[in-house]
Amino acid sequence: MPLDPSFIGRTYPPTEPYEVGREKIREFAVAIGDANPAYTDPEAAKALGYPDVIAPPTFPFVLSYRAAAQVVEDPELGLDFSRVVHGDQRFVYTRPVRAGDRLTVTIVIDAIKSLAGNEVLTVRGELHEASGEHVVTSFMTLVARAADEAGE
Amino acid sequence: MAISFDDVEVGTELPARSFPVTRAALVQYAGASGDFNPIHWNEKFALEVGLPDVIAHGMFTMAEAVRVVTDWVGDPGAVVEYSVRFTKPVPVPNDGVGTSIDVTAKVAVLLEDRRVRVDLLVKNRDLKVLGMSRAVVQLG
Repeated sequence: MPLDPSFIGRTYPPTEPYEVGREKIREFAVAIGDANPAYTDPEAAKALGYPDVIAPPTFPFVLSYRAAAQVVEDPELGLDFSRVVHGDQRFVYTRPVRAGDRLTVTIVIDAIKSLAGNEVLTVRGELHEASGEHVVTSFMTLVARAADEAGE
Repeated sequence: MAISFDDVEVGTELPARSFPVTRAALVQYAGASGDFNPIHWNEKFALEVGLPDVIAHGMFTMAEAVRVVTDWVGDPGAVVEYSVRFTKPVPVPNDGVGTSIDVTAKVAVLLEDRRVRVDLLVKNRDLKVLGMSRAVVQLG
């Protein structure tokens, strides 16, 4: 069943603030095998002009993906997540995420399109610091494959 | 030793890198990222849904690829935009060796405000796994 295009532009309420900790950033950097000292050493981050350690460029996805559950699990939208794959991902940064940030995510449905029987959904996540400062925007495109593809 | 805009031109190549991917790395990434989709750690499940093997998280591949850019520029915060398209999965065999994500990159466009667009070519087993992989980078 095609997704309802009237959901385009729908904005979900901001998430509760997520407090970014130094050790969470370290855990993420270790998991991607990246030894850049800006991720783990506050002095190295300060030498680059940051008040504390910063997070790798793809770290914001941890927050935006979690927040996108609001869309994926929205019963009114009716997305079948078992058929969904991650098609595209884009980040636009005002500044890097850093330790001490208290980030909220506001999810917006930017687009719903049908392409060759697949439903293509673009979910935007705006990450703001508690002060109101914009930090980064995540654009995630989800592709829900056509229901009959698996031979059902 | 930041890279200066004055030192690059269209076609400037960034140092290429090859990043290993093992099953253990995927489990570690699942824990750190909170993405516990079983296609990234449960071979039985992956095969049942038609995949050739356990596959790497697309976001893991995206994270590895941009290291070519952040290692080149030094300051990871110099990346002001980064986008990819996930075009092919990266199967990770359970043989203790795993596979690799092989990344080359070059300056594709000189932009305003001393920024450049870097285009990345990201392969696994000689197959391109990311399309439209681009980073906009603020240079000094």
